[in-house]
Amino acid sequence: MSRRARLVLFGLGAVGLAVLWVVATGGLPPVGTDVHPYRDAAVAAAAAHATANVVASINFDQRAVDTLGEETILLASVVAVTTLLRPADDERVEPPDPPPAVLPATRVAGWALLPVTLLVGADVVLHGHLTPGGGFQGGVVLATALHLLYLAGSFPALQWVRPTRWAPLVEPAGSGLFVVTGLVGLAAGAGFAANILPTGVLGAPLSSGTVLVLNVVAGIGVGASIVTLLGQFLRQEVVIGPEAAS
Amino acid sequence: MIVLLTLALLATGVAGTVVALTADPQRQAVTLSVYGLLLGTVFVLAAAPDVALSQLTVGTALVPLLVLLTVRTVRRRSGGSR
Repeated sequence: MSRRARLVLFGLGAVGLAVLWVVATGGLPPVGTDVHPYRDAAVAAAAAHATANVVASINFDQRAVDTLGEETILLASVVAVTTLLRPADDERVEPPDPPPAVLPATRVAGWALLPVTLLVGADVVLHGHLTPGGGFQGGVVLATALHLLYLAGSFPALQWVRPTRWAPLVEPAGSGLFVVTGLVGLAAGAGFAANILPTGVLGAPLSSGTVLVLNVVAGIGVGASIVTLLGQFLRQEVVIGPEAAS
Repeated sequence: MIVLLTLALLATGVAGTVVALTADPQRQAVTLSVYGLLLGTVFVLAAAPDVALSQLTVGTALVPLLVLLTVRTVRRRSGGSR
């Protein structure tokens, strides 16, 4: 595509975006005032289900179907990456090189931060209904925690702790359990992904009903997704080599 | 708060321009990471810590890491150093 054609395309897109933005935001209440119709409705709905983190209530209770869509997008992208990055006909799997020399300070930091990061990730997932965080953020933190082992220079340890056999199975299991939780609501006659569990006391560790369940399920699914995703990229980098160059 | 938010927005705009003007993908991963951090600050100042957390984990850690891994693999292949 020539530079001119790209500029024309950009111009059309920019004008379209500007028009849609004005149309979409024209009817919004003004910024910086105390009038927030959506906040009032969302906070009341969150309080009714004893969910201290209103954002979690919106994501996993009031608009759980949207979140299921996001989870599915992640699943689809991981499937696409796995398909694209599988060893091609002209590539072969090599035993990984001996790990490169790593500064002792880096090694110590990697091993020391591993349990801390795992704890933070679990905390972000399990308290997602009380404080900022949730299954998505916590899942990514958990997955990146395992990859500190790679930074610490121990690819074999990473291979061992990150069983690539089950990670691709856990990830659809997470999304599947999300759907199952939604279907249970449907079966109970309350509608898909309705909050049918007892919601408990606002602010208690075991409160908010299905929000906590869906956070944990999403955390498992997202964590396994990221492990699979990074695993595919690392495998390309570390153990798959072009046949001709060997 | 408005002053802080304006400053953070301006810094994010500058950082975004720097990312777009960085030609080398390897350097771009680093500038993208800094941009993600600044955007996360905007979200914190706008009272959206949930979004800030997502932005930090994905935009500052995960995406630059994937870009760096891809650049390394592509360089190694085209360089034929193995």
